[in-house]
Amino acid sequence: MSAYEISIVSIIGINVILAVSLNMISGFCGQISLGHGAFFGAGAYAAALTMTGHGGVPLAIAAALVAGSLLGVIVGFASLRVRSDFLAVTTIGVNFLFVGFVRKQAWLGGEMGISGIPATGLGAAGNMTMILLFAAATIALSLYISRSWMGFAFRAVGEDEAAAATLGIPSGAYKLAAFGIGTALAGLAGGLYTFFTQFITVDAFDFIFSVMLMAMVVIGGIGSTWGVVVAAAGLTLLPEAIRFVNEYRLLVFGGLLVLVIRLAPGGLAAMMQSLFLAAPRR
Amino acid sequence: MYYIDLAVTGISFGCMYAMMSVGLTLVYGLLRILHVAHAAVFALGAYVTVLVANATGSILSGFVVAVIATALFGMAIYRLLYEPLLKYRPDVPLIASVGLLVLMQDAFRIVFGEQGITFQRNAFAFTTFNFAGVTVSAVQIAIVITAAVVFTGLHLFTTRTRIGIGWRATVSRPQIAASFGIDPIKVRYLNFAVGSALAAVAGGLVAEMNNLVDPGIGFVVSYKALAIIVLGGLGSVRGTLIASLVLGLVEAYGTIFIGAWLDRDAIAFLALIVLLMIRPQGFTGARTA
Repeated sequence: MSAYEISIVSIIGINVILAVSLNMISGFCGQISLGHGAFFGAGAYAAALTMTGHGGVPLAIAAALVAGSLLGVIVGFASLRVRSDFLAVTTIGVNFLFVGFVRKQAWLGGEMGISGIPATGLGAAGNMTMILLFAAATIALSLYISRSWMGFAFRAVGEDEAAAATLGIPSGAYKLAAFGIGTALAGLAGGLYTFFTQFITVDAFDFIFSVMLMAMVVIGGIGSTWGVVVAAAGLTLLPEAIRFVNEYRLLVFGGLLVLVIRLAPGGLAAMMQSLFLAAPRR
Repeated sequence: MYYIDLAVTGISFGCMYAMMSVGLTLVYGLLRILHVAHAAVFALGAYVTVLVANATGSILSGFVVAVIATALFGMAIYRLLYEPLLKYRPDVPLIASVGLLVLMQDAFRIVFGEQGITFQRNAFAFTTFNFAGVTVSAVQIAIVITAAVVFTGLHLFTTRTRIGIGWRATVSRPQIAASFGIDPIKVRYLNFAVGSALAAVAGGLVAEMNNLVDPGIGFVVSYKALAIIVLGGLGSVRGTLIASLVLGLVEAYGTIFIGAWLDRDAIAFLALIVLLMIRPQGFTGARTA
């Protein structure tokens, strides 16, 4: 594989982890988060600080997981106070606050970011393999959760919190769990991103990036793990494959997001389902 | 004097925020939609103002055309995007709205360029007056006067005219208003037209102030406006006015007191999050968010 292909596959792996983890929070549990970039960033900075402090790769991964989920559980508590669109606005606020805070912190490199992060020692191909393994593990976890009792409880909470409560499902605890797990994985993706680039600035974790992730989830079909995986990979490849899309990336992503919500709210997953369910019977 | 200068900056920014956010709060009050794409309307207003002003040589005609264009555009957003989405939960139109904003922002960049466009003649932008050591620019005075005129006009419209009273009636009791013969759909169009027109005026004034319109013009303002309408108690025009002025002043003074550890643009979000956590229903509203 060429260096270019390795870097593309690595980015796809990272975006798959991010989109699948966002889907656990917003798709399974119905808590719309437009600030996933902040948790991604928290993980990236935690890993960067660990690596520059010579903590080693395993410790950096642990730090990224903890940093992501720590921030995530804090925001999860916010989901106990505000719902639906107001939770979404709160997460937008968290994303802007994260960027605005990091920009002014000298110990986090401020505007310039952190550069010269030590390499993992695995090489580009080794990093890619590690990223793909974590991506596969994330997908497996997502599929497992989806079929477990926890996934059932997530969906119950997402669809109707009051009805879930009458079934004896503690909605608060499950919302916190969704945020905790989803954001830990976003933190993990941040750590992997740090290993991959060895240079991070806060602009990579801004609100626009969070919108991109939400676009992947919505276009893939909110709540469907495989739909989201396909959309994350496809939307990462699209700008690489078509030059036009690369220049007009936000136009295309924003346009697709609007079109899908407006015309096919179920996304790719629902389109596939209706295709396969409708065909054999008639 | 420095502190008074900051107050002048704060008040003029506050008036600008107010004109920008009132459309957002009107849409929320009527449809319970957080209309983030309102910022794209604001940016459209700014672009049209500059383009028409450059083409005709008259800044006033720039504002007039911008107001008409954005009013139509705002109504089109309602008809094509929001109306079909009203049946879903409120975060669905919100995400669609964010998508539209991102799309339009990139469209402005593609059509008018990364660097943005400037007025060819803008004598206004660099004129300043000195009142006893306090420097006030002509644009700042224009912003405050425009805001005062616009909000007085809005107040008179909603309290003294039949259409305005019908509008308010629909916002507070849609069914009763409808049974009195007020067409709720027409009220929605009116709502989007007026809110968008106000955003266009704010956009044009910001273009005046910076002597520049670039693709990022509406970006930060849009999310700040969300913070403002929540702080102002969602759907309350008076609350929005107060919150706008307070935010303008807090930002102006905040840059010297907390600018060392937090970006100026993040202050609004800090206030937003703190308020939502303490009082999810806002300062004045009774609805549980």
